Amino acid sequence: MSHLEIKNLYKIFGHNADDALRMSEDGVSKAEILKETGATIGVNNVSFNIEKGETFVVMGLSGSGKSTLIRCLNRLIMPTYGEVIVDGDDVISADDEKLRMLRRKKMAMVFQNFGLFPHRTIRRNVDYGLEVQGVEEEKRIKKAYEVLETVGLKGYEEQRPNELSGGMQQRVGLARALVNDPDILLMDEAFSALDPLIRNDMQDQLIELQEKMKKTIVFITHDLDEALKLGDRIAVMYDGTIVQIGTPEDILTNPANDYVKNFVENVDRSRVIKAESIMRKPRAVIDTKDGPKMALRQMEKAQISSIFVTDKHHKLKGVVDAEEAYALVEKGEKSLKSIVKTEGLYEVSPDTLITDMLPMASKSKYPIAVVDENRKLKGIIVRVSVIAGIHGKHMEGDANDE
Amino acid sequence: MNSLPILSTLFRLELGEWFEKLIDFLTNYFSWLFDAVAFVVEGMVDAFEFVFGLQFINQESDVIFTIAAFIIIVIISLLAWLASGKKIGLTIGTFLGLTLIYSVDLWESAVETIALVLVAAVIALLIGIPLGIAASRNQRLSESVIRPALDFMQTMPAFVYLIPAVIFFGLGPVAGAIATIIFSMPPVVRLTNLGIRQVPEEVIEAGKSLGSTPKQLLLKVQLPIALPTILAGVNQTILLALSMVVIASMIGAGGLGNPVLTGITSLDIGTGFEGGVSVVVLAMILDRITQALGESSSK
Repeated sequence: MSHLEIKNLYKIFGHNADDALRMSEDGVSKAEILKETGATIGVNNVSFNIEKGETFVVMGLSGSGKSTLIRCLNRLIMPTYGEVIVDGDDVISADDEKLRMLRRKKMAMVFQNFGLFPHRTIRRNVDYGLEVQGVEEEKRIKKAYEVLETVGLKGYEEQRPNELSGGMQQRVGLARALVNDPDILLMDEAFSALDPLIRNDMQDQLIELQEKMKKTIVFITHDLDEALKLGDRIAVMYDGTIVQIGTPEDILTNPANDYVKNFVENVDRSRVIKAESIMRKPRAVIDTKDGPKMALRQMEKAQISSIFVTDKHHKLKGVVDAEEAYALVEKGEKSLKSIVKTEGLYEVSPDTLITDMLPMASKSKYPIAVVDENRKLKGIIVRVSVIAGIHGKHMEGDANDE
Repeated sequence: MNSLPILSTLFRLELGEWFEKLIDFLTNYFSWLFDAVAFVVEGMVDAFEFVFGLQFINQESDVIFTIAAFIIIVIISLLAWLASGKKIGLTIGTFLGLTLIYSVDLWESAVETIALVLVAAVIALLIGIPLGIAASRNQRLSESVIRPALDFMQTMPAFVYLIPAVIFFGLGPVAGAIATIIFSMPPVVRLTNLGIRQVPEEVIEAGKSLGSTPKQLLLKVQLPIALPTILAGVNQTILLALSMVVIASMIGAGGLGNPVLTGITSLDIGTGFEGGVSVVVLAMILDRITQALGESSSK
C-alpha cells in the first residue's frame, strides 16, 4: 500500500459529467466533448502512487489541469470520479468531520500567492492551524516560534504579512503548513511568484528542510528546471492527462512523446544528467598483480594509451601510462606497482552532475573514473562524453580513449 | 386621445388597491407584532434620551439641564478623541460643533435626532450585516431576493412607506425610526456582501486547507478581512439615517427636522438655517468618528 494513491481521478466541470466521461473513454477529444455536452474535463483519468518521503512533482503548462489535480487531493475541489487514498483511507467519501481531521493532521498546502491572512501577525498566521483545533495559546505560540525558526524567520513573529518580502511571505506560508506536522505537503506553484534568485534560494531551502523532515511532497510547477531540481519523480501533465511519469533523467533521456520532448529540449542538461548515465564500461582493466607486459597487451588490444588498475575486489588503485609500462618492460620489471599513479586522476560518484565534471574534464588527461562509496570502479567517462552529455547526444562507436 | 381612458379602464391593474388591502390585512391581523416592535423601538429611543439628560428638561431650573448637556458634549468629544486615535482637531471640532447646537437652543432636538438615528442605525445594522453575510454565501438568494429588495428599499420614495409606517405604528418617533431603518439598511447589506466576496480565493482556500469549520472560516478569516468594507457600509448607513430626519419629522418624530419644517412652512429662513446647520454638524461628527473606526481597523 502506498502512502498516497490516486486512482482514475476525473474532474469534470459542467452538468453532463456522465456523458463527458463516456465520450472521453471512447476517445473523443476534449474540444468535441465541450461542444457536445458543455462539460470541460479538467483532470482526465489520472492515476499514480506516491511513497512516503518522496518529492513528487507535477509539471505542466497553465491549463493542463495541475492546479485542479492538487486541489482534488485535499478536496478543495471535489473530484467527479475516482479515488484519493491516504494511508488506506478514502478521502473522497470522507464526511466533513473526517475531511477536517485529514486537513488538520495529514495534509497541508502552500499556495502560489501565499494566501496569508493579512489581518493577522506572522505568528498568528502560522498558529492558525492549531487555533482551529482549539490548542491553548501558550502551546500555539511555542510551536509557531519553533516552526518560524526552522524556516529562518526568527524575529519576525509580530510583523504583518505586508511588511515582509515575497520570499519571506512564502516562508510564512511554508511555516503555516508545517505547524501541524503534516505527513503530506501540497505545494501549488509555491515558488512561481518569486524572483528567480529568491526562487533558487527557496528551492535550496526546501531541499535542505526535506532532508531533515522527510515529508511526502506533491509539488506543482510549470518550470521544468524547478521540477528537475526538486523532483524524485516527475509527472508531466498535458490537457488533463499525465503523459509521462518518471525520474528527472527518465524524462530527459526518454521523453514519452513529442510534447515532453519539446518541453525538455531547452533544459540545462548539465545540471540534471548524472555521471552514471553517461559513463561506460572501461574497455580494459588490469589487476594489480598483473605485470607491465600484460598491461601493454591489454592497451594494445583495446587501442588505448592508458589503463585503469584495480585490485581483485574491483577497487580502483590508479592508472598506468603506456610509455611507462613500456619502460618497465625494457627494464625487465615484473610488477606494475612503481608506475601506478593516482595524481591527475579524477574520481567521482555515480550521482555527480555533469556541470561539476566539466572542470575535471578540461584538466585531466585520463578519463574520469566513476567509483562507488567503496571506491569500486563502476565506469569511466571520457571527455567527449561530458560534452556530448550536455547536448543530449549519445556517442556512437568507440570513445574510450582520448 | 379619447380612446386612451377606455383602454386603460380595460387594462387597469389595481396595484394600489391590492396594496391597500394588504396593509389592511396586516393592520388587522398583525397589530400585536407592530405593537411589540413599537414597544421595543420606543423603549430604546426613550432610554437613549434618558441617558442624554433629557429628563431634566421640564425641571424648574435650566441649570441642571445645561450641566447635563455639557457633560454629554464633553463625553461625546472624548469618544471622538478615543475613536480617532487621539486626533486633537476632531476632538475640538466635535466640542465646538455640539456647543454651537446648544447655543442656538436646539440641543433638545439634536438629542432626539441622535437617539432616533442611532436606534434606527443599530437596528438596521443588526438586520443588515447578517443579511449581507447570507447574501455573500448564497449566490441565488443574493441575486433573486436580496438585491431586488434592496433596490426597492433604496429607490422607493421615502414618503410612500411613511404612510404605512404611520398606519402600523401611529404618529411619532417609532414610525420615523421604522422608515429610517428601511431607507438606511441597503448600504451595509451591499458592502458586507461585497467585502466578504472580495476576500481573495487563495486566502479562503488556505483557511479551508488548514481544517477550519465554516464558522471558523467566517469569524476568523472572512469577516476580519472584510471589516474595513463593512465599516464603510456602517458609515453610509448612519449618514443615510441622519438624512431621513427631516422627512421623519413630518410624521411627528421630532428632532432637528422640526425647525427645518417650521422654516419651510412659515418662510422663516433663520430657523430653517439653524436646524439645517445642526444636521450638518451631527452628520460630520458621526461620519468622522465612524470613518476613524474603519481606518484603525484596516491597519
